[in-house]
Order: sequence, then C-alpha cells, then structure tokens
Amino acid sequence: MQKVPTFSKGGVHPDDKKVFSRSQSIERLPMPGELLVALSQHLGAPAKALKAKGDTVIRGEKIGEAAGFISADVHSPVSGTIKEIRKVTLANSVVCDAYVIIPDEVQPELSGNAEDWRSLSSSDLLARIKDLGIVGMGGATFPAHVKFSIPKDKKVEAFVVNGVECEPYLTADYRIMLEKGEEALEGAMIGAKVIGAERIIVGVELNKPDAIEHLRNLIAQKGYPIEVMGLKMKYPQGDEKQLLKATINREIPSGKLPLDVGAVVANIGTCNAIYEAVVLGKSLYERVISVTGECIANPKNVLAPVGTKVSDLLAFCGGFKSEPEKLVSGGPMMGFSFFDVETPITKGSSGLLALEPQKKVRQTACLNCGRCVAACPIGLMPAKLYRYITHGEYEMAMQTSLMDCKECGCCSFVCPAHLPLVHTMKTGKKLGRKKK
Amino acid sequence: MNKPALTVSSSPHLHAKADTASIMWSVSLALAPASLWGIYVFGLRSLLVLGVSILSAMLVEYLLGNLGKESTLWDGSAFLTGLLVGMNMSPSVPLFIPFLASAFAIFVAKWTFGGLGANWANPALAGRVFVFFSFTTPMSTYVRPRTLAAAMPDALASATPLGFAKTAIAGGTLGMDSNALLSSAGYPATGLAQSISQATGFSAYTIDSFLGNVAGCIGEVSALALLIGGLYLLARKIITWHIPATYLLSVAVLTWVFGGLPSGRGAFTGSFFPSMFSGGLMLGALFMATDYVTSPISHKGQIVYGVGCGFFTFLFRYFGSMPEAVSVSILLMNVLTPTIDRYIVPRKFGDTRELRKKQKEAKV
Repeated sequence: MQKVPTFSKGGVHPDDKKVFSRSQSIERLPMPGELLVALSQHLGAPAKALKAKGDTVIRGEKIGEAAGFISADVHSPVSGTIKEIRKVTLANSVVCDAYVIIPDEVQPELSGNAEDWRSLSSSDLLARIKDLGIVGMGGATFPAHVKFSIPKDKKVEAFVVNGVECEPYLTADYRIMLEKGEEALEGAMIGAKVIGAERIIVGVELNKPDAIEHLRNLIAQKGYPIEVMGLKMKYPQGDEKQLLKATINREIPSGKLPLDVGAVVANIGTCNAIYEAVVLGKSLYERVISVTGECIANPKNVLAPVGTKVSDLLAFCGGFKSEPEKLVSGGPMMGFSFFDVETPITKGSSGLLALEPQKKVRQTACLNCGRCVAACPIGLMPAKLYRYITHGEYEMAMQTSLMDCKECGCCSFVCPAHLPLVHTMKTGKKLGRKKK
Repeated sequence: MNKPALTVSSSPHLHAKADTASIMWSVSLALAPASLWGIYVFGLRSLLVLGVSILSAMLVEYLLGNLGKESTLWDGSAFLTGLLVGMNMSPSVPLFIPFLASAFAIFVAKWTFGGLGANWANPALAGRVFVFFSFTTPMSTYVRPRTLAAAMPDALASATPLGFAKTAIAGGTLGMDSNALLSSAGYPATGLAQSISQATGFSAYTIDSFLGNVAGCIGEVSALALLIGGLYLLARKIITWHIPATYLLSVAVLTWVFGGLPSGRGAFTGSFFPSMFSGGLMLGALFMATDYVTSPISHKGQIVYGVGCGFFTFLFRYFGSMPEAVSVSILLMNVLTPTIDRYIVPRKFGDTRELRKKQKEAKV
C-alpha cells in the first residue's frame, strides 16, 4: 500500500469537531442593518480611506486604498451611505478605522459577464487581483498580489492549493470545495498562470473524502492539469510549511518563504475569490464563514458581507443554545477569542466559534515531559523557551529560535502542566523585539 | 440578545485530555501489578512497608506544601514517589527505613530544589540510595519468595540471584554463567518455571526471574508484572519507547558481549535475557529512568540517556564492587540530563547539513 502523505515532524491530533456544520450548505446572510467595514483587513499597513462621512457608496466600489507595499484595497460590500468613520477593535485586537455603512433597501445585482481570462496576460491578471483586493483567505490575509508577484530570478515549480482546513470545527473551505469547486479550480488555473507554475497540487485531508472525489471528478471533466492529494489528518497541516513538506516534500528553512523552495501556496477560498475577481469582476467584499461550536443553536456556513457584525451572524444562526465560555474568530487552535458581539468580520474570518466551558484544570510546574518538544512541528523546545521568557531572558529566547515559532498551539495543546506556552511565546516575541 | 460573560485568552482554545495529576495517578496504577505481586510473594509485611513509604511521603509533602500556601497532594506525585520508594525496599526492612527514605526523597531531593519539576535527581531513587548506603545490611537482607519458600536453602534466602552470582565470581568461582552458578549452589526453581523451561529451552532461573519467583525488593522481582504496567504506559502514551528500549537493549547487548569476562569465559558468552530480568533493571528502565523531570526532553536526548544508563548499569554490575548498579546509573545520568538537553536538541524544520555548511562559509 502506498503511504498517505503528511508532514513528518511534530503535530497533534485534536478531535476534528466538524460535525456541527459540515453538512450545512452555504447560505447567504440577509442584509444586515448596519456594517462595520474595517480598513485593516489584511496583513500589513491599513488601507487609506477614500470616502468620508455622508458619502454614498456602490457595492464593489473601492473605498480604501492600499497604503504601502504590503497592503490591500478595501471595497464596499454594499450600496449605501456612510454614517460615520470610527475606530473599531477587531477580533485579533487590532484597532483601526472603519466605515459604518447603512445599506440601501435594494442592492444591485452583479453584472456577472464572464470573461475569457485565457486571453489576458499574467501581468493583467495580477493587476486585477490587486485592484479587486484579494488577500489570503485562510486567516493570515496576506495580500495575494504581493504573494503572486514572482521576482525575475525565481522560478515556481509548484502551485499548492490549500484545501486542508486542519483547524477543528471549520467547514467553510470544505463547503467551498463541494459547492464552488469548479470556480475554485478555475481560480487555481488562473493563479498558476500568473505565477507561471509548472505543477498544480490541491492538498486535502482525508477527513473530507467527498471533497477529494468531487474535485477529482471536476478535474477529469475539465481536463485540468491539477493533482488532488489526499493527506493524512494531522494538525497543523494547513500551515504552508507543513503543507509543502506533505505535498512536495520540501522544507522551508527558517526565515525563508515558499518561493525559496520553488513553491507558492494559496488557500482554496482564495482561489475562489481569484475566480470571482478575474472572471466576474467581483471585488473581495464577502466570504464564507463557518458559524459553529457546541453553543450555537443552528450551526451554518454563511456567505456574509465583510463588515458584518458578529451579533447579526449569531442571530441568523439561532443564537446560543447554551451559554458559551468563549467566542473565537477563526479556528480553535490559532483563532482569537474576543468579548464584544459587535465586532465585525473581515476578509480573513474563516470561522466564528461559540465554545462550551472547558474542564478547569490546575496548572502545575513544567514536568519536562517533552510532549511540547515532540509536538512542535518546527523542532523548537517550547519548554526551554518558556523558561527563558518567564525568567526575562528575552535575548536567550531569541537566540533559541523564538522567532521561528508560528504560534500553531501544538505545545499548549499537549502540555499536561497546562502552561500557557503560546501566550508566553507571543509575549516573549513582543518584549524581545522591544529590547532590541 | 443578552450578552454572555466571555473569557478572553490566548489560543489555543482546545486542550488534550492529559494533565499532571492524571499522568501521576496513571503511573501509580501501572505499578499496581508489580506491587500486588510483591505483596503476594513476600507476605503482608510488604504491604506495611509500602503503606509506611506512601504515607510518610505524603505527610512530608503535605507539611512542606503548607509552608507555602496550598497543598500539592492532589497532583499525585508524592503518592507516586512514596510508592516507588516502598517498591525499592526489602520486605523485611525495619519500618523507620522506608520512613527515612520517603522523607529524604520528598524533603531533600524534591523540595529543597523547588518541588515538582525542579529536582535534578529522581526523588525515589535518591531516597533509596540514601538509606541503602546508610543501612546497607537491612537493605540488602532479603526474604524467600512464597513460591520457593520450602525448597530454598537458608544460605541463599537472603541474597538475590544477581548478588549471589556476583559474590561467587568475586570469591573466585570462575568459568560458569549465573545460571550454572545458581544451579551448583542448589538455588531452587518453581515447578512452573521448570516445565516452561523444558518446553522453551530457556533456563528455569531466567523464567523464574521473569515471573518474579526470586528474592529481591518488593516491587522489582516480577519483570512480567512490570512489563504489563510499562506496556500500559506505552499504550497510554505516557512514556515513549526511547528510554526503556535503549536502556534494556544496551544492558542486554553489553552483557552478552562482555558479561562473560569477569567469570573468565571470554567475550560473547554473557546471558542476554537474564540480564534484562534480574535486579532492579526492569523497574528502573520502565519507571525510574522514564521520570519526566530528570530525563532529557527530546527523543534524541532520551536515546543517549537510555544508552548511558545501560552502559553504567552494565559497568557497575560486572566491574563494580557494590550492588545498586541500576539506581546509581540512573542517578548519574540524572546529573548529565541538563547537559544532554543543552547539546542534543531537535533538528529545526528546514535545517539541513548543506544549509549549515553554507551558513558557516558565509560567516567565514
């Protein structure tokens, strides 16, 4: 029997908990009464506001302009009036300006005239991806046009599409593969043309066998040169480092990018967004988000405009079945817990989780058991870093590769002493940088 | 909508089931078969010894914990240390000895260095070694196992097979392996072992020490019972194979290659299997050397540590003048653990030999 590919170093196996929302088809959210469209919806500098209080905006219109090399445009998700511009705190604790937009009663339909992208040059395609505000939709929200701008001296051998969705609970990418698979695959073809990739691989974990089969059927029908790879379940396979190890067996060294090993990784949701941008001319102003967790009355996969407030999503899903302990934006392993139901979603919001109270366990001293070391997919020694940071030895922690930690949560997940390892790493990075 | 009281904390928001207390109590549970066997073969006095060890360990832990602010008895580590101390006692030992051993283990070895997680030596072993070198005679006077009681000559009643063979070789009886030595001295074997021996070809003494029909400490005699507990811990992923496998194998291989030298039989004549089942090796390899706090943190380091334990155990057993090979070897490797952890670190993702070479060249 052939071995099922996965990454080799570290990793953990949390329960996948996708059962709540996996069989729910994507539903469009009825238009909320008010939207909070943040100007910082991507990694990098916040966009510059192009509109003022009282202005009217049209759905899909550019309302924020990329400010800096790593930044992205922001578009209005609705036609309506700008009530005001005010500060908001996003789920990831970023504080930025946001438009408060009151949508019109009637919203325009998308013109939707499909265009043949094959006649466009790759620089034209890239310009579209940039102009329509496409960012990575797996959660990191890295501007897509920056990732897809390949320097002349680099060559892309493989374009790896991330359909892993290794975070428990989340099912948004899964539903996209099932319901918008054709669009997403075409988006992958567009992406591959932009970067000039020789090989296209879609990585999907084996807990989604129907998605794998569906994509393979579509590929056979269309005759695309795309390979779908079933991967053995292991968290954090959806991280680009682990995904490249699993799919093309290459390791990205510390501080390097996928491009340095001849690959580009993009989320399956991003591919769908690329399709919609390039073929339909639709800017990135709405996304699929899984509203799920033990405490949600009717878990759903919702197609919601960017800027929708969490309270509107919760109301659409029947509110809480029981009192949650935490609300989390994103997945449970790397997502951010937040406290305000008026928080808006952004381009990177893959999930909204209402989690039930966890069993309270007392923290003890580190036992040196080594589970964190065995679980770390990067080969760090979290227990050692923890000791350095809690003793104020930031310099030592930085020298011991603290900056290579990507906060995937494996160490905290397995720690029997229940030490806040990831929390400490985050703190240590901030303080370590400050010291320098 | 009513606003729930929400907790805000760093990711991850999920956690694996294991916690410190569940691990400690699971290890204690894994020691149950060996303890019960000890109580069965050596009589109820063993239970008394185990009880005194456990209670004194917990008492000292409780007192010291309350000097701070809260009792730490709930985490199960004091119970486990007490149990391990008791299992390392001869069944006939005067009761003040297990008390002293447990008190030393908890007070000196554990708490003076900062309590759970901060000790450099395995507390139970430190306690045992402390009383062994303080009260050597009662600590090395053993009793006959119930299963051999009638057949055992008085002269052999208070020696372990390993100790007996060592004394005989030191006394100049050369040319025989340990089985032959035991046989010539009239060391008995159980009927069960004899019939298994006929069926399998293994020596009856080997089988008896595997099953636990020999003199020794309460918890160390039955390799079988200890293996059952060890397999349980492996299945629960509380320990990994790295330390026990490398420890046992290195002792067995070194014994096979060099173990015949002291008795003048030459290389490659040592007894492979008996070396693994005798003395405190099985208890040490599965439950003492695998103590999290005092063993290396990475799998690579654990392999080095396991082989180191095996090497010293072999050395002390065959070329040392004292018993206590296993305890002293593990303590010695405990001392080396921080050094191992410092120099043997996991390979970082993406780090290759060529890359390091390039970096070195770039520096030059």
